Amino acid sequence: MLRTLLAAAAAAAIAGGAQAQTVKIAILGPMAFVQGENHWAGAEMARDEINKAGGINVGGKRVQIELIRADTNEIQSVPDATNAIERVITRDKVDFLVGGFRSEAVLAMQEVAADNKKLFLGAGAAHPQLGAKVEKDYNRFKYWFRVTPLHVGDLVKASFAVLGVAAAQFRQERKGATPKVAIIAEKAIWTEGIVKAAQANFPKMKLDLVGLWQPSAVATDVSAELAGIKRSGADLVFTVLSGPVGIVVGRQMGEQQLAAVAVGINVEAQKDEFWQATAGKAQFVSTLETVSEVEMTPKTVPFYNAFRARFKKGPTYNAAGAYDALHLLKEAIEKAGTTDTEKLIPVLEKTIFTGVGGVIEFDKRHDLIFGPGRVTGLAIQWQDGHKIPFWPAGVKGIKPFKLPAP
Amino acid sequence: MIQDILVTGLVNGGVYALLAIGFSLIFGVARIVNIAHTAFYMLAAYSFYTLLVRAEMGFALAGIVSVAAVVALSVLCYKLVIEPVREHESAVLIATIALALIFQELMLLAYGGNYLGIPSTLEGVLILFGVSIPYQRLLILAVAAAMLAATWFLLYRTRLGLAIRATANDLEVANLMGMNVERVAMATVGISVALAAVAGVVVAPVFVVDPFMWLSPLVTMLAIVVLGGLGSLKGSLIGALIIGYVEAITVFALPAGAFLKGAVALTIMVVVLLARPEGLFGVAFEEER
Repeated sequence: MLRTLLAAAAAAAIAGGAQAQTVKIAILGPMAFVQGENHWAGAEMARDEINKAGGINVGGKRVQIELIRADTNEIQSVPDATNAIERVITRDKVDFLVGGFRSEAVLAMQEVAADNKKLFLGAGAAHPQLGAKVEKDYNRFKYWFRVTPLHVGDLVKASFAVLGVAAAQFRQERKGATPKVAIIAEKAIWTEGIVKAAQANFPKMKLDLVGLWQPSAVATDVSAELAGIKRSGADLVFTVLSGPVGIVVGRQMGEQQLAAVAVGINVEAQKDEFWQATAGKAQFVSTLETVSEVEMTPKTVPFYNAFRARFKKGPTYNAAGAYDALHLLKEAIEKAGTTDTEKLIPVLEKTIFTGVGGVIEFDKRHDLIFGPGRVTGLAIQWQDGHKIPFWPAGVKGIKPFKLPAP
Repeated sequence: MIQDILVTGLVNGGVYALLAIGFSLIFGVARIVNIAHTAFYMLAAYSFYTLLVRAEMGFALAGIVSVAAVVALSVLCYKLVIEPVREHESAVLIATIALALIFQELMLLAYGGNYLGIPSTLEGVLILFGVSIPYQRLLILAVAAAMLAATWFLLYRTRLGLAIRATANDLEVANLMGMNVERVAMATVGISVALAAVAGVVVAPVFVVDPFMWLSPLVTMLAIVVLGGLGSLKGSLIGALIIGYVEAITVFALPAGAFLKGAVALTIMVVVLLARPEGLFGVAFEEER
């Protein structure tokens, strides 16, 4: 009996020792949805690469990465998200947190991470408040870093730049005519600043603003809105859409044969499934994107191709973000020589890391620094069922933006 | 702008009418509070998508199989879930909410939260007064008119229709008169779900298929049926057109407030009900009975 107990104790000790040989990282995302699937897929790729190469060197000791899949169900329920993050912290005893998508849910999860002093690398939410909280109450929220995407303010700059490209091409092809631009923005808090900035800046950009239409983010029909846009004579439609209404807009623009081209932000249009979801009617719809088959950095194309080979479809920004987050974490741990969160934070704050979507460097809000040489994002246009990257100019792999025949 | 409102309101009213007919029959006429009604519409849309896009069946075959499969499922659900609690309206309400949520979660499990697109049965557009109307929406209008006529015929020109109305009017008396009220109720569920399934097959190509697509039409259908007057098919048709036109007017008059179109339509419903609690055509129905 005593011998059995001793054997069991020894086994437990060995198991405990084995556990200490891993760094546990929770991947938080809505796993029944494309965003969560991509969080997990990007993290799996990074884990396999890192573990295959011997793991993470923590002060001379090699440790493997162990991923914990946490379904936050955040698209449907914010409480589900906070329950999920609580569970991985208290039950699974993870060391680090990666992921998140819906801003409302991530703002709540950020509080839980702060309560537990856990490093949380965001890979999905764009709300500026996430970074503002770090600046306002650094000691509480210093555990938050946004690996992707750019925050809303920078997304505005990028989307205006892309609209400028489309407008310039319009002027060139239509012999100097001033483009008429309609704004279609879902009614949500995150779009308010963008709409105000668009209304203020479009005249300065020599664009003729013909109107603003604001459907619900979950509207299933925008035929009336599009009839109004068609009647306004718009040449370009500036989209500010993150919800499923982005699919409806893309499809019904095609169905109603609008001559205008959609340019701006349409999160649904970033997905490979968008073309099928619009039944192939989203010709020329464009959107800001994070990763595509272009050399934003030397890592972009290899990542894109490896992801496509393994998962049989292209990655979304959540996959790129989760992938970058794990590699970034590895680099920071190896520099610090420890997994101690308090020691990792100053290392991450000073890090300049080449990721797949750009060069990651954090500002005082722990947001990405925006601009050439850092992170700009890119823009793609749907052409005959393929996502064609057309911005920023000068990047290897960029192709021309197309306007429909007048 | 007037022509835009006239055409858009009519076409969108037609879409709502097609969705509302089945709900009007089950909720308005038979008084069975089947909250899962629009969930069957969702199941038909998923079935149609699977057979048409993945199994590459033709439109007609995929449509017929989808409607038949969903009706068979509804009859099974009636026997297992609704019939045992049929006498308790609140229990039917709760049981059918549960059923709808089960269908939603099953679709989420099977297809994920992805948004799926179904190709249009008819491609192309008709330009009417400068307004583009996709042929698919014209098809919806035609199917809505046909379904409305068929349902009216069933209710007012057949023995089954008489039995449905009698059972809805007074279950016990109908039973005492020798009607098999359970069978009548089952037939009502089957027919109304068939209408929902037809709507799923015809309407889904203009919308997006996802596990939550049953929620939004449920609220609109409730509003239309109550606005038109419980039990009145004519009322449901006019209610659908009112909602279609109110939404179109809201979008054209207040483009930046387009997100309010649903709220404005529901406000109109509340205002009408304050003035006429029985709905627009509720009294006419009572007299008919």
